[in-house]
Amino acid sequence: MKIYVPRDAAARGLGADDVAAAILAEAGKRNIPVELIRNGSRGMVWLEPLVEVASDAGRLAFGPMTPADVPALFADLAQHPKALGLTEALPWMAKQTRLTFARVGVIDPLSLADYESHGGLVGLRRALTMDSAAIVAEVTESGLRGRGGAGFPTGIKWKTVAEAKADRKYIVCNADEGDSGTFADRMLMEGDPFTLIEGMAIAGIGTGATKGFVYLRSEYPDAIEVMTAAVEIARQSGLLGPSVLGSGKAFDMEIRTGAGAYVCGEETSLLNSLEGKRGIVRAKPPLPALQGFMGKPTVVNNVISLATIPVIFEKGAGFYKDFGLGRSRGTIPLQIAGNVKHGGLFEVAFGLTLGEIVDVIGGGTATGRPVKAVQVGGPLGAYFPRSLFDTPFGYEEFGAKEGLIGHAGLVIFDETADMLKQARFAMEFCAIESCGKCTPCRIGAVRGVETVDRIAKGDTGAIPLLTDLCNTMKSGSLCALGGFTPYPVMSALTHFPDDFSPAMKEAAE
Amino acid sequence: MTQTSTEIAARVGEILDAHEGVEGALLPILHAIQAAYGYVPRDALPIIAKRLNLTRAEVHGVMSFYHDFREDPAGKHVLKLCRAEACQAMGGDRVAQHAQNRLGIEWHETTKDGRITLEPVFCLGLCACAPAALVDGKVVGRVDEARLDAIIEGVR
Repeated sequence: MKIYVPRDAAARGLGADDVAAAILAEAGKRNIPVELIRNGSRGMVWLEPLVEVASDAGRLAFGPMTPADVPALFADLAQHPKALGLTEALPWMAKQTRLTFARVGVIDPLSLADYESHGGLVGLRRALTMDSAAIVAEVTESGLRGRGGAGFPTGIKWKTVAEAKADRKYIVCNADEGDSGTFADRMLMEGDPFTLIEGMAIAGIGTGATKGFVYLRSEYPDAIEVMTAAVEIARQSGLLGPSVLGSGKAFDMEIRTGAGAYVCGEETSLLNSLEGKRGIVRAKPPLPALQGFMGKPTVVNNVISLATIPVIFEKGAGFYKDFGLGRSRGTIPLQIAGNVKHGGLFEVAFGLTLGEIVDVIGGGTATGRPVKAVQVGGPLGAYFPRSLFDTPFGYEEFGAKEGLIGHAGLVIFDETADMLKQARFAMEFCAIESCGKCTPCRIGAVRGVETVDRIAKGDTGAIPLLTDLCNTMKSGSLCALGGFTPYPVMSALTHFPDDFSPAMKEAAE
Repeated sequence: MTQTSTEIAARVGEILDAHEGVEGALLPILHAIQAAYGYVPRDALPIIAKRLNLTRAEVHGVMSFYHDFREDPAGKHVLKLCRAEACQAMGGDRVAQHAQNRLGIEWHETTKDGRITLEPVFCLGLCACAPAALVDGKVVGRVDEARLDAIIEGVR
C-alpha cells in the first residue's frame, strides 16, 4: 500500500504526525507493507490531515483524518467514513489551474527523482541552452509580475541585473512571508522545494549571478527544515554547485533564517538584514538591481515569482501569458483564510471576482454568519465590504478600488468584526514593526493609534485628523509599511463608518 | 574573568570560527549562539564585535532590532500565540486573553515557576486553520480555549 500523509505545517498543526504514526502502527499490527510518503498539502486546509491512498484509478482522498479513522483504511476503502473519492476529482482541485503548484501535494518533496518525473528540471535544461538575453526575454514575454505584492515586471528586474557590470551578482529570494492570511510561500517550500531551487538557478544563469540566498522567516521551522535538506540534495546531485547539471555554469545557494522582523519582507530592509545589519529600509535609488546585497547587482524576487519560472521555461512564455486578465498575466495562488468555511490555497488565472472567491470557493464564513469584510493583501491591504465583491482579482483592478492584491492572501471576517478595532490594530502593528528610519511611519503610526483611540471614545472630530495623518503616511513614508498602513485604516473608515461613530455603534448594539 | 565568561568566550569563539568567511554572518552567528544558550549572553557581544570588526553598540543594535533574540533565558517552554488578522477573525484575541488569565502573565513574561514563557507572534502561515500557536517550535492549528489548556497541561 502506498499512503500519503502531508508534512505541511498546516497538516501537522492539525495532527498529521499522529495520523502518520497510527498508520505505521496499524500496518505493523496487520503485517501489511506500507510505503508512507510525507507529501506537501493539496491546499484544502479544512480537510487536513488529508490522507491519500494510491489506487489503480488514482489517488483516493480521506479527511479530515484522526488516528481513530486509521484502522478503517485497511478495510473496504469505499466504506471509509472519511472517504472523499478521487483527489483530482474533488471540486476544489478540478476548478484550479495549477501551474506553480502543479507538484505541491503530489510528489515527495525531497525526492529529486519524483520531481523530475513530474516535469521538474525541464525548464532549467532548456534555459541552459539559451543565452542570457534570451532567458530574460522569455521572462519578460511571460508577463510575470512580482508575486510578493509590488507587482513589478520580473523580466525588467532581471534585465537590469543581467546588463549590470560587476564581479559578483546575487539572486535573493524573499521568503519573509509575514503577511497574515498568506502561506503560499510556506506551502511551496514545504511541498516542492526543488521548484524554487530550479527557478533560482535559472535566474542565476540568466543574469550572471552565481550565488543565491533564500531569506526565510524564523516563524516557518518546517519550511526551513525542508529547504535546507533540499539544497543539500541539490548540491549532491549536481543541480547546484560549480557546474549546474554539467553545464559548466556555476550557481549555489544558502538558506538564511530571519529573526522575527516584519519589515524585513521589504526588499531593501531584507538586504540589510542579510548583510548582518539592522533591518532598516534603504532609500531608493540606488535600486537593488544595481546596488543590492553587499552593493552588488541583485535580483530580489518573491518565492512564488521564482517558483513560477520553471513552468514558464518548461511550457513557454506564451503558454503562461495566455492565462489572466488585463495586465495581470498567468495564475495566482489565492490563499483563502481567516473566518472561512473552506480555507486553503487555490491557484487560478487572474480575473475571478472577490465575491466568487469568498462566497463560492471559500463557501462563506466558518461561523455561518454573514461576511462583513475581507482584508486582501495582508496587514497593509484594504478591507473590502460586500459592495465591492464584484471587483475582479487583478493588480490594477484592486488598485482602482483603493486596495491591493499584495501576496494574494484573503482574510475573511464575519459580522462580529469591529472595524475600528481592526483599524487600530493596523496602526499598532505598524508602530511595533516600523524600522524607525522615516518619520511618517515611526511617529505617524503611534499618533495613529492615539487618534483611533480618541475616535473610539466618541471624539468624531478626530476623524479628519486620522484621514490627514493617513495621507501623510501614504505619501511621505519610505516603504510600503508606513506607506500602505493607511489602506486598512482608510478602507475601514470609508466602508464601515458606523463602526467609527459611537451613536451608530450604540444603536446597533 | 569568571568561569562562566571563560566558558562563553570559548563557545562563542567556536561559533565564530564556524562562521568564518560567511557573507553577512551576524544574524547566523546570533541564531547559533541563541541555539546554544537559549538566549544571547551579554558577555558574547564584545567577543562578536571584536571578531567582526564592529563596535559593541552595532552588535547590540542588531540584536535588539529583531524580536527573536533574547537577552535573558526564556522559561522551560515557549508558547507563541499568533496575534495577526486571520487569527483575530477566528477568536484569537479571546484565546490570547484566556492564555494570559490561565498563566497569570502578560506578553513576554514567564510564569513564576519558570515553566512557560508567553510570546506574541505575527503570523505562522496557518491562516486557514486559525487561531495558531507555536509550542517549542511545533505548530498547532485551531487553538481554542480547550486546546490551549491541553497545550499548557502537556508541557511540564
